[in-house]
Amino acid sequence: MTIGRRTPLHGCHSGLGARFVDFAGWEMPVFYAGIIPEHRAVRSAAGLFDVSHMGEAVVRGERAGAFLDHVLTNSISGLAPGRVIYSPMCVEDGGAIDDLLVYRRPGGDWLLCLNASNTGTDLDWLRERAGPFGVEVEDQSAETALLALQGPKAAEILSKAGAESLEALFYYHCEERRVAGVDCLLSRTGYTGEDGFELFCGSGHAAGLWETLLRAGEPLGLVPAGLGARDSLRLEAGMPLYGHELSREITPVQAGLGWTVKLRKPGGFVGRDALEREKRDGPARRVIHFHTADRRILRPDTQVLEGDQAVGRVLSGTFSPVLEVAIGSALVAAPAADRPLAADVRGNRVAVNRIRPPFVPHRVYRPPS
Amino acid sequence: MSIPTELKYTKDHEWVRDLGDGTALVGITDYAQNNLGDVTFVELPKPGANLSAGATFGVVESVKAASDLYAPIDGEVLEVNAVLDSEPEKVNQDPYGDGWMIKLKFVGADALAGLLDAGAYEQLCHG
Repeated sequence: MTIGRRTPLHGCHSGLGARFVDFAGWEMPVFYAGIIPEHRAVRSAAGLFDVSHMGEAVVRGERAGAFLDHVLTNSISGLAPGRVIYSPMCVEDGGAIDDLLVYRRPGGDWLLCLNASNTGTDLDWLRERAGPFGVEVEDQSAETALLALQGPKAAEILSKAGAESLEALFYYHCEERRVAGVDCLLSRTGYTGEDGFELFCGSGHAAGLWETLLRAGEPLGLVPAGLGARDSLRLEAGMPLYGHELSREITPVQAGLGWTVKLRKPGGFVGRDALEREKRDGPARRVIHFHTADRRILRPDTQVLEGDQAVGRVLSGTFSPVLEVAIGSALVAAPAADRPLAADVRGNRVAVNRIRPPFVPHRVYRPPS
Repeated sequence: MSIPTELKYTKDHEWVRDLGDGTALVGITDYAQNNLGDVTFVELPKPGANLSAGATFGVVESVKAASDLYAPIDGEVLEVNAVLDSEPEKVNQDPYGDGWMIKLKFVGADALAGLLDAGAYEQLCHG
């Protein structure tokens, strides 16, 4: 039996009675009390997640912005310090090798937060292309921990833990902060559709910060939450998971992420020609989201049917604790996307009812408009 | 982990409660529900169905996976626990009580003889 890699918080999770699962070679908590109660806690109060398995890369150099514009599909170089942006990273044929958040640190450095399953591939990909831009790509994954505090009570909990004046920190903004005596990059982002924060800190300080946040939040309903709830929350929020809704085979345009593909930015970018063609002609297949009328979960790779004809397959499926029905995403032939669809679950024909995501409205903290 | 001594068990983690009148209740064990995680759906047969020991009689789904349910003994389904349609979480909350799944009518006094007792089942779980 191979022992997975462990985050600096592994001991905290064991002490809390976590059930572990292998995720991209990491031994990660899948739940503590249960996926559904943790999911509900994040929607009604708050949850604390360890996502230290994710990779961190710092890009430095005068032309770092131009380099990121070249390797990413979104428009990055104009990002102001203290701002955050989401982008796919594509190969020439338009397939995605990852999707990631780019943080422009207040000092000007660029921090990329990478999916754990892709961190190695991403670093190679970035370094192979860094030369002509004269930029340096530093892997900081091992020395960096990442905690996500998510839910409507997140701001109140964080201020109880000693982080003041959070009202000026809006969604997709970040600041360098000391939180409970620990130097953090504090970002108002998340993967749940709720208000919340992500805190990058040095690995050695992660356990102290985790304990402080849990203690401060306990009276307000904060619970530790595992990767199980993280997945059902992100799917309810209509957010893509790399390897499911976005992959080498599924382009950002097919995934409904066309807004992150900026064809008009100067200098072009990797994958531009293929993605421009696809935007112009319309993609041959599309990622759709659906709910069913009952609780039977449609598992990944289940065929999606129009009449008796297979027109696609399920990408993600789970039970929505908020809607109390099965929800999911599927990749279907574009002409079928707006037609009545179904699936067969163990001999039962189940209607696949298309819905525009999110399944549950986002409640993030934006500046007053 | 709870393993009541008055019940019989299978290696597939079902329990059987002999009601003493030629009928028995069947469900899944505390060990099973704990490994499945939160149960979101239970698919059960229709009353009147005839089951053979070892055959699939339904499916229990959690967020993580769908798992088959196996008939512990030969028998006819007299009743299914309809409460589980709307409250499948009863399987987690009370696996040996409100979380029961089907009531079977069986034939012959030794129909339950091949099942495990609590001690043997506990060994299986720890083995």
